[in-house]
Amino acid sequence: MKDQGGIGAKTHRIGGVGRVTGAQQYVADIPVADVLHAKLVTLDCAHARIISIDKSAAEALPGVHFVMTAEDLPQPMPRFGPEYQDRPVMADGETKYHGEAVAAVVADTKDIAEEAVRLVKVEYEVLPAIHTLEAALAPDADLVQDPSIRKPGPNVDSNILREYRFGWGDVDAAAKEADIVVEHTYDWPSQTQFAIEPHGFIAAPDGDGIVVWSSIQHPYQLQKTVASVLHFPMAKVRVFAPDPGGAFGGKQHTKLEPLVAFLALRAGRPVRLILTLEEAFQVVRRTGARIKVRTGIKRDGTLVFQDFENHFLIGCYADTGDRVSAKGSFLSAGPYRTPAVRIVSRAVLSHTTPTHPMRGFGIPQVTWARESNLDEAAIAAGVDRLEIRLKNLVKYGEEHVPGDTPADGDWQQTVRKAAAEIGWGTPVPKGQGRGIAIGLKSGPTTGLSYSTVRFLADGSAIVFSGTSDMGQGARTIYAQIVAEELGIPLASVAVVMGDTAVVPYDQQTSASRSSVLMGNAVLNACREIQRKLKARIAEIEGITESTINIDRGVMRIADREEPIPAVLKKVLGRMGGEVVGNGEARKDALPEHPLGGTALFFEFNCTAVDVAVDQETGETTILRHITVGDVGLALNPVQVTGQDEGAAVMGMGHALMERLIWGDDGRTRNLGAIDYRIPTSLDLPKELHSFSVENADGPGPYGVKGISEGSLLCTAPAIAAAVRDATGVVIRDLPLSPERVWRALKERT
Amino acid sequence: MTETFHLELTVNGRPRSVDIVASHTLLDVLRDDIGLTGTKECCVVGECGACTVIVDGKPINSCLMLAAEADGADVLTVEGLAQEGRLDALQQAFLETGAAQCGFCIPGQLMAARALLERSPHPTAEEINEALAGNLCRCAGYEQIRAAVLAAAGEVRS
Repeated sequence: MKDQGGIGAKTHRIGGVGRVTGAQQYVADIPVADVLHAKLVTLDCAHARIISIDKSAAEALPGVHFVMTAEDLPQPMPRFGPEYQDRPVMADGETKYHGEAVAAVVADTKDIAEEAVRLVKVEYEVLPAIHTLEAALAPDADLVQDPSIRKPGPNVDSNILREYRFGWGDVDAAAKEADIVVEHTYDWPSQTQFAIEPHGFIAAPDGDGIVVWSSIQHPYQLQKTVASVLHFPMAKVRVFAPDPGGAFGGKQHTKLEPLVAFLALRAGRPVRLILTLEEAFQVVRRTGARIKVRTGIKRDGTLVFQDFENHFLIGCYADTGDRVSAKGSFLSAGPYRTPAVRIVSRAVLSHTTPTHPMRGFGIPQVTWARESNLDEAAIAAGVDRLEIRLKNLVKYGEEHVPGDTPADGDWQQTVRKAAAEIGWGTPVPKGQGRGIAIGLKSGPTTGLSYSTVRFLADGSAIVFSGTSDMGQGARTIYAQIVAEELGIPLASVAVVMGDTAVVPYDQQTSASRSSVLMGNAVLNACREIQRKLKARIAEIEGITESTINIDRGVMRIADREEPIPAVLKKVLGRMGGEVVGNGEARKDALPEHPLGGTALFFEFNCTAVDVAVDQETGETTILRHITVGDVGLALNPVQVTGQDEGAAVMGMGHALMERLIWGDDGRTRNLGAIDYRIPTSLDLPKELHSFSVENADGPGPYGVKGISEGSLLCTAPAIAAAVRDATGVVIRDLPLSPERVWRALKERT
Repeated sequence: MTETFHLELTVNGRPRSVDIVASHTLLDVLRDDIGLTGTKECCVVGECGACTVIVDGKPINSCLMLAAEADGADVLTVEGLAQEGRLDALQQAFLETGAAQCGFCIPGQLMAARALLERSPHPTAEEINEALAGNLCRCAGYEQIRAAVLAAAGEVRS
């Protein structure tokens, strides 16, 4: 069905025309009648005790409806969060990070709201701010969170939110068997997701309920959170989730929606709050991490043990910091056959922006350390850097973490492909260097997706799916599956998303799950339609169902073949109507598993790069960048390449240029596009080549696996390895900025 | 009292006459007064290019231009590219190469590319990278965007 736009077709993106004509409406583009404008009042410091807030001058300004502060909200202050309900709707007596709102102005226009913000007088006492791991872990450190709002546990009197211990084998015994032991610490800076669309929120009273618009990845979790904070039934909270203008993890969970909901309920009118880019930097970021790794190998490169101590610097509220620390660390040892592994991981609270996962979910931070340390061990042993990987890489079906999902792909094939494409073993010119690294990430450990497909009388179909199409192209994938299964052209399929009142539940859009989980739900919905058609046509023709077979859009009835739309016409007859299918896909939780569930699939990537380093400026240029991912099957090759190359360029940014900087007072010093650099078209590798290994061995429709994060999991260690290969200098702090490389070169000489 | 300004300009070939707040940028006026929301707002400091439009033939960051400065100007926005419902060569090429992922930066990319092709109908890959360097794409579809501009360059009449 490739010719009709089904599986494997290079079709246009569904929603593509809207994206090139400007018709696509993101949250900020949605006209809402009678809407008021909100603006947040924040302090120019991170940690402060609020003494008083005088809103009289602001409220006296014509056009201002009201100024809301914590006092105007229910007491005790409602708190929420995906794992720990510790985030207040608004700063409650104290700000804990730079950018936390202490008041919100609601006015007739944006201009008036902005002017009124300047008139709100806040008296406050600046308190010391913790923004480093050292300060947070110091024995006498102030507590970022009052123990009264913490979950009880052994760490409640420290800034450690939670500690995890994973591993297998006896590391201390194994250490005696190792010929070479290499230990180093690797730093990954805090970064920001930087979707080009800053977050936007609108709320409007709706009878005895509320409607919320948000550029969010998980609309159903938002619905639940708003319902819980407002004490509304979920059925009375309707979330519209227009396609996000990029998300990358930064739009997963609820942020300011509860506040905007309270504003709208008080105003009795719709209220909108569209963040600036600077404000977007202040609602979410990615965790930084410090990873200490000790690797022991035999002289021939055989891995003997690995010992990890991982610290993730999370923000002042738990947000997803615990999960990132756990899931990122669980696979610390990667895809290798390592007999003994010890992993300690701690999520550490600080007076900084709360953290969401960013593409990779903690894995890039840990992979940077593991792959770099593996290289250092290989060099110490005089073993080739590719060979040490191939020697220890698990084979298809072999476990790398005892008791977890075994290798679900021919990973050797992926690594050999990357090595061949970069020309591993061929000479590298002077001044240049070559690096290779492997990334491995668990897909979802739990999941639940529902879909409804309506097969209409004219042979067209509507798919309902709760995925957020944030650029990955989920709409297109689902339409392709429906086109394939119902035997209809892609142009006859419409996809409805982004409305919790209309579209059935989906757990979330993350972990590169949607083609697999929602894809299976859509497939199952189509299969239900097929079963209904089969039962009815058997009845009409007076034959037994067992004589009918259905395969990808075609029905074989006894000895003849009929396209499914033709069968539909017969089945519906003169009355018309439609055939509706419901589908479900789930990945059940395993409470005894350390992560609450095994990996549904793995994203496996091998990246190899050639770089040139300018000895005078320290600037790194990527000459060739090879990324190979085990994708199972490319349902849409154009989209697979787009995701893979996009993640590779993003990974390059993390490796070479991106980091958030905090001042001693905890203020974020590089807010916005001028001071926080992300890759532009001038930063691209001179050559970028993306390859897919397709063995149709994934758990999704037709053998698909998730693919959207793979190519940034190991970009940083691959690039750093190439820089070391080119210059001989070893840098264990990212980013590899020209300044940092230049300094390392100077220190060497 | 907020100072107002009577603005007359042409947007996508259509004369417009609006009373605006004098301090508003062209981006504000296009989005909020005229209702053309295809032009996007992101950084508001002229770094990201999401708000790129063409004013009298030149690509500009509409977040940095006071609307009053565009008085009498001829403005082209993304909504003006398609003619009578037909996509132009650039838009079509962006679709073909899969350049639009989340899509938020795409209107700006298209306008910067359009301005490039008007001054240099057959640009090299390097010229495209240079001309579009002020247009950030976090989905990082730069390779696909460049491929689309190269493809469209074959078809665009100068």
